[in-house]
Amino acid sequence: MVAVYIIIGVVVVLLIIFLVLYNGLVRLRNQVKNSWAQIDVQLKRRYDLIPNLMETVKGYMKHERETLEAVTKARNLAQQVSSAGAGERAKAEGELSSALSRLLAVVERYPDLKANQNFLALQEELTSTENKISFSRQFYNDSVLRYNNQTQMVPSNIVASMTGFKASEFFEVTVAAEREAPKVSFT
Amino acid sequence: MWEQIRSNQIRSVVLTIGMGALLILIGYFLGLYFFDSAIAGLVIALLVWVILSLIGYFQGDSILLSMSRAKKIKRDDHPRLYNVVEEMKIASGLEKMPDIYIIDDPALNAFATGRDPNRASVAITSGLLQKLNRDELQGVIGHEISHIKNRDVLLMAMCSILLGTIVLLAWYGSRFLIFGGAGSRRSSSSGGGGGAQLIILVVALVFMILAPIVAQLIYFAISRKREYLADASAALYTRYPEGLASALEKLGTSTGQLKSANKATAPMYIINPFRKKGMKASDLSSTHPPISERIRILRAMAGASFNDYDQAYRKAHRGEGVIPATSLAAETVPITTTKLEGEAGEPNEIQRARETSDVMWRLSNYNTITCDCGAKLRVPPNFKEPQIKCPHCGRTHQI
Repeated sequence: MVAVYIIIGVVVVLLIIFLVLYNGLVRLRNQVKNSWAQIDVQLKRRYDLIPNLMETVKGYMKHERETLEAVTKARNLAQQVSSAGAGERAKAEGELSSALSRLLAVVERYPDLKANQNFLALQEELTSTENKISFSRQFYNDSVLRYNNQTQMVPSNIVASMTGFKASEFFEVTVAAEREAPKVSFT
Repeated sequence: MWEQIRSNQIRSVVLTIGMGALLILIGYFLGLYFFDSAIAGLVIALLVWVILSLIGYFQGDSILLSMSRAKKIKRDDHPRLYNVVEEMKIASGLEKMPDIYIIDDPALNAFATGRDPNRASVAITSGLLQKLNRDELQGVIGHEISHIKNRDVLLMAMCSILLGTIVLLAWYGSRFLIFGGAGSRRSSSSGGGGGAQLIILVVALVFMILAPIVAQLIYFAISRKREYLADASAALYTRYPEGLASALEKLGTSTGQLKSANKATAPMYIINPFRKKGMKASDLSSTHPPISERIRILRAMAGASFNDYDQAYRKAHRGEGVIPATSLAAETVPITTTKLEGEAGEPNEIQRARETSDVMWRLSNYNTITCDCGAKLRVPPNFKEPQIKCPHCGRTHQI
């Protein structure tokens, strides 16, 4: 009789451990999903801002057709692959980021444009959206790291493989321009 | 990495329990002496504490905000501030956007409040808002958001209420003990326990004097710790410790004291609102670590992770760390060196000052009309005329 109780006890304890680990995995996976959605919101916001920016800038920048076209092209391309996986998407978005930063760099040559209230407001929005993209990417990657660790480490990996939790993909930007940024020292 | 900083709260919780024990002891002695029953004293002490805590929990943030005369802003009032707060909200993984307030005060300071991350607010003085550039603002807001994220706000509010209760009870208790209580007590007691009575009296008296001091030191210790942790988190969120460091530098050079702050609310602010010049480096009775030291640690960081902050802290404190081992991940987090916008679209300090004063006028319901001659007319809300004449060039404007 005692043996039966012991067996029941062990089974119950194992079941509780299983449920706790399972719930932990679900929570992490949901966080990964949520933070991915957050990146998505910010990327969409950027798609929406670019036509406005183009409208405002067009009149001033007569000699920068190439730069402007590069931005529009990169935007359309990024929007096309927006339903693809994290890796492919990150590449397209990286292109768009660098096209935009080239555009904002040449703005320096147009003092009239820099005095335009509409442009200043747009620039603030664009800057902030870029920041939000990189911060949401930051948070997404941290969430993915934690989730992946949890699906690979003992003992939660047993639960993960039994219930079908798969590792997620990081959102890495691999654009040359962003990687080779000059180092600034503050000494 | 993000959640783990909570494990550090164990230390804070232990300290808080220490304060709770002090409160219970005070209640015990008060009860023993005045009512001949320790239970009655305990009940009174706990009752006072519970009532104050409930008020603090449910009304604390609105009391604090109205006391500091903070005005709530919307996105359109100050897009840059709103955006920076939203950026830090995203970086910290906070679920709900905190409310944003501006305090109309030239002193440089900021604070966060709210009992849980879903009901939080950040407030910043107009002086600070016009002094900081975007990166610095991001550092300061990152610091405040991490107070919210790490749940420091509730912890500090509850601690300060505990401290307040201890001070209150000890103050009244010791006054009664010295001036009134002793006489009445002697007449009502039977002769037998004279010696024991005297011992209790002495112990109680010493205790009444020491308890508030000890409680205050504990409170300050908790508070300073949370400041370092919030600095570390801000560096991690922004990936740019220099932003907060240079903001703190600007904060450190100003000596203006915040009019609307008081002792109870001091730990809520990013820097001590009452500091004076030349405060000692290891001041035990300060709610905040010295600014110069916070800057030194931030600037010594090799990367932006907690690990890097801990290393820098160890260098400054001869090997003693500040962040618990459980939240130190081995991964490296590089510091951001590129800023997309460069310095191009960034308003300078004069533009920021104009922008901030525009916001403050608007928040007081003044109508601003910009005349063609460049003058700005501020029309007060109780101005009833349909049109107004520009005092500078004489043009008339419709309102």
